[in-house]
Amino acid sequence: MSALLDRRGIVFLVALAILAIAVPLLNALPASSPFHISDHLVPLIGKYLCFALLALSVDLIWGYCGILSLGHGAFFALGGYAMGMYLMRQIGPRGVYAHPVLPDFMVFLNMKELPWFWHGFDQFWFAAIMVVVVPGLLAFAFGWLAFRSRVTGVYLSIITQAMTFALMLALFRNDMGLGGNNGLTDFKDILGFPVQAPSTRIALFLLSALALAGAYLLCRWIIASKLGKVLVAVRDAESRTRFLGYRVESYKLAVFTLSAMLAGIAGALYVPQVGIINPSEFAPANSIEVVIWVAVGGRGTLVGAALGAFAVNIGKSWFTGALPELWLFALGGLFVFVTLFMPRGILGTLEDWHGAFRARRRVRATDAAAQAAE
Amino acid sequence: MTHPDALILPPEATGIAQPAPAARPVTTALLYLDGVTVSFDGFRALNALSLTIGHAEMRAIIGPNGAGKTTMMDVITGKTRPNEGDVLFEGVHDLTRLDEAAIASLGIGRKFQTPTVFDMHSVEDNILLALKSDRRPFPTLFSRRTGEERDRIDALLARIRLTDQRARKAAELSHGQKQWLEIGMLLAQEPKLLLVDEPAAGMTDRETADTADLLREIAQTRAVVVVEHDMTFVRDLGVKVTCLHEGSVLAEGSLDAVSANERVIDVYLGR
Amino acid sequence: MPRIRPFLRACLFALGLAASLALGPAPAAADAYTDALAVFSADSFSDTDAAVTAIAASGHPQAEAVIRALQDGRLLAGGGRAFIREGAALTDAATGETLAAPPPGAATVRLNNRVRRTVAAALGSLTLLSPDPRRRLNAAAAVFKARDATALPTLEEALAREGDRRVRAAMAEARAAILFSRPDSNAAQRMEALDILQARGDQDALAILSNPPAGIAPEIAAAAAGAADAIRGRLELWRALQNAWYGLSLGSVLLLAAIGLAITFGTMGVINMAHGEMVMLGAYTTFVVQELIRVHAPWMFGGSLFIAIPLAFLVAGAVGVAIERCVIRFLYGRPLETLLATWGLSLMLQQAVRTVFGANNREVGTPQWMSGALEIGGLALTYNRIAIVVFALIVFVVLLLVLRYTPLGLHVRAVTQNRRMAGSMGIPTSRIDALTFGLGSGVAGIAGVALSQIDNVSPNLGQSYIIDSFMVVVFGGVGNLWGTLVGAMTLGIANKFLEPYAGAVLGKILLLVAIILFIQRRPRGLFALKGRAVEA
Repeated sequence: MSALLDRRGIVFLVALAILAIAVPLLNALPASSPFHISDHLVPLIGKYLCFALLALSVDLIWGYCGILSLGHGAFFALGGYAMGMYLMRQIGPRGVYAHPVLPDFMVFLNMKELPWFWHGFDQFWFAAIMVVVVPGLLAFAFGWLAFRSRVTGVYLSIITQAMTFALMLALFRNDMGLGGNNGLTDFKDILGFPVQAPSTRIALFLLSALALAGAYLLCRWIIASKLGKVLVAVRDAESRTRFLGYRVESYKLAVFTLSAMLAGIAGALYVPQVGIINPSEFAPANSIEVVIWVAVGGRGTLVGAALGAFAVNIGKSWFTGALPELWLFALGGLFVFVTLFMPRGILGTLEDWHGAFRARRRVRATDAAAQAAE
Repeated sequence: MTHPDALILPPEATGIAQPAPAARPVTTALLYLDGVTVSFDGFRALNALSLTIGHAEMRAIIGPNGAGKTTMMDVITGKTRPNEGDVLFEGVHDLTRLDEAAIASLGIGRKFQTPTVFDMHSVEDNILLALKSDRRPFPTLFSRRTGEERDRIDALLARIRLTDQRARKAAELSHGQKQWLEIGMLLAQEPKLLLVDEPAAGMTDRETADTADLLREIAQTRAVVVVEHDMTFVRDLGVKVTCLHEGSVLAEGSLDAVSANERVIDVYLGR
Repeated sequence: MPRIRPFLRACLFALGLAASLALGPAPAAADAYTDALAVFSADSFSDTDAAVTAIAASGHPQAEAVIRALQDGRLLAGGGRAFIREGAALTDAATGETLAAPPPGAATVRLNNRVRRTVAAALGSLTLLSPDPRRRLNAAAAVFKARDATALPTLEEALAREGDRRVRAAMAEARAAILFSRPDSNAAQRMEALDILQARGDQDALAILSNPPAGIAPEIAAAAAGAADAIRGRLELWRALQNAWYGLSLGSVLLLAAIGLAITFGTMGVINMAHGEMVMLGAYTTFVVQELIRVHAPWMFGGSLFIAIPLAFLVAGAVGVAIERCVIRFLYGRPLETLLATWGLSLMLQQAVRTVFGANNREVGTPQWMSGALEIGGLALTYNRIAIVVFALIVFVVLLLVLRYTPLGLHVRAVTQNRRMAGSMGIPTSRIDALTFGLGSGVAGIAGVALSQIDNVSPNLGQSYIIDSFMVVVFGGVGNLWGTLVGAMTLGIANKFLEPYAGAVLGKILLLVAIILFIQRRPRGLFALKGRAVEA
């Protein structure tokens, strides 16, 4: 358990590596080949990778520390907005209104100058820092207030939901200076490379895979450390941990902030691949959906979270294409089914079966040995 | 026969009605409670409770349900803030101003009524988490198990007779084993004062006797406060007894003296 | 000299008008009326203006019809004659003869703003003497608005004859408005007018008092300013009261939406994210009931809501019991899992309703008795809002009584406080759980009936209330219906008082942030349980 990489982790990283190598290779095949992966599929898989990273960040706090955040979509979206602001600034004078500095929506809204918080976003390094700093700061402020006053369980879940709801309402307003209803879109290029170009998309896809692998290793390292053991202790017996002398709120705050930063990175990688970020990303329903990815894959396993994100989103893409009417039934049913019948998720259930199978074989072996001895 | 009121304040506490100079400790006692009152919506769970525990003293607390035994522990460990009164540790630390974690770090360990261990951790990890160490998140993140810690864990596991179970999940232990594991975790903290809530509950007679032995041994070097209903167990411990009733001390002294007290018989032991 | 002729005629008419006013209407009336009608053909605003005044003063029985036709653009003139158009038919205003088609050269008489004002005033003075007190009241209001000094003689005549107290007051106010604004009033008249206007004390009186005519005595100007301030203060008070009413009404909506949640979350500790969908089911039940009534028994429409209330309770309650039996009872003690499972149920219920009824808003009618408004002083209370406030309070009181005095209530409280003990005393705890959940859901259904009157009935109806409802319950304190009442009303009123300053959206955001901060200061809400119960 305390090794950095267990078998589950190795399988996951190998699978991820195969995916990262295979997708660009298959994309390079001629379109006539049956194995060809079309250009629009690359950012789609890249999007799933970002979702997997988001799910990982939720699993870190929910699976290991018992904090059920129903507002993690907010951190994801904030990271996305930070990246979106950089991409908006990159458009420069190529917008519809051809203003040298102001993005189109600002010209449209009759703004005369750049709002203060837009400064610096013309630099990639600055935006990259903000991608983790903004969600991290919000999580830190929110967590500092919430954990210090020992808001736990369902109450915490509900106020995280209220947080993302409030942010959604705020960003829908035009005078927030972040594009209002329409959000940020019409991106042109990133670090000088056009965002729509297939090569850029491959690069973003690879970056997403790399980020997922890196985040997995980071989470795994934390979980395997003594701090990870304290987190599980907090999850299972918070007051016992407190009476052992651990200041539970500090631990929760640290891991909550880290988790928000990971969600921010996921959002930042997501935005250039889908080409838009708008306030509906803050919708409470989105955040709850992330939780179900984690629950489906297997809470408290990290790999399961990523697996769940892939499984549910592939299902979603298929359903919304083939049977759009039924998608909400399927998703709703999934919530109910998983909580009732598969509380350990796909991964946990598989491992239970495997464990039971091995145990049975062991029993049979000892029986056989006993018979032989007679 | 002594008037019960005379039992309330032990001799070492009577002389300090006046505030002492700030530099000098108010009391030489390890734990000192004076006039502690806790009320929940008008109900007084503790009513001007005063109590002192000396260094390396073992004390048994008895009393009927609702006498305030658990609330007293909550106040000492920082879970509940008293409305009035002083709670001092080692004469200098004002426990009413500290949170649970700070109080635990001062050297006060607590065992709950129902055994509370970390079910999903192995027995060994349970002890490891309890071992005295830097409790801040970052040092915890980077801490590595030292040889010294390994030896301490081995010794503790041997003492609580769980060496064979060290790799098992705590959830799989029996009730009695969990009680012992929790006591082991308490010891790993190296506290100066142990608060033990009903350690014998749900144990077999054999386990109960063993537990009494263990607590007596611990009490040779540290102070131990035991809350218990089991009179046989309290007799086994053979220590000074304090009887609480309606949030204050009803009687204090040897078990025989307290058992003979008219009011204790009325409210608690029965005739 | 075509440009001079109209001017001359206007002079003539002014003379005629003066004569007719001096001599009274009797002998010259018919002539003045027909003469004035002829003037409309000139198509000059100043002529028209003078003619209107003359017609009004003529006292001719057709005078009002002519001026009203002029006001509505139904008066045609040409060749010295005037015609009133009534649908397709034309009537000669002087002779009453009916024409099939307008004579050549006849055109609609045009109006400008000055003439419109004269027309309004003329109509006012005509109707002031009408036998119908309602008309007189309206006329007095019209004169008050127009403040036309020429209406004063008629007004004073009407005032002297008036028997109805309300009409008298309105006429006195109209007279005061004229007297105050007329340049040639004397100081005593102005002071008298000022008192009456201050007593009236509304926005219109304020407008008159804050724009006194030029050149009035400084002490009157000061008195007028004082009176205007007094009115402003009173209007501010009315506005605050109106806001409080809006807040109360929003609070009642929140109370209705949250009170079912207060039962399921508050007493059972079950997080029901599908609570909003119970509200939605109630609203759709109302829709179905109304559709059936519309088709089969239209005369019952006024009572449709009373039929919908028990049905909504049963529908939502039955769905609630089904949810409890099939899902929630397996998840007791696992609040986070319950939250996720019920969220899933909410998605399924939404989609089910969308599949059956379509994604668009459904039209739910408001019975006749619920439309209109009650005016108290400066307050306008619409009947449907009043009905919702009253209804919310009734639901609240009934629930309170049910929980306190019925066997079900006793059992619910017993199970809430100590499930094991209640079970060992023979209370069927699992049945009580199902019934409690059914009760909470049923109440949500009832809330849906009420909300269908003020909100769009769509599959997303519940979604918009779920966060607010949770905020109310959490803010008020769990397990306490009074907390829910206070929580709902506080949030409702705070919201409506923030709105004028911060705008609707920002106000809501501020409130959410305030609640988030509040929960962090008092994690268990306003009316928190303390002591041992908290640990459970």
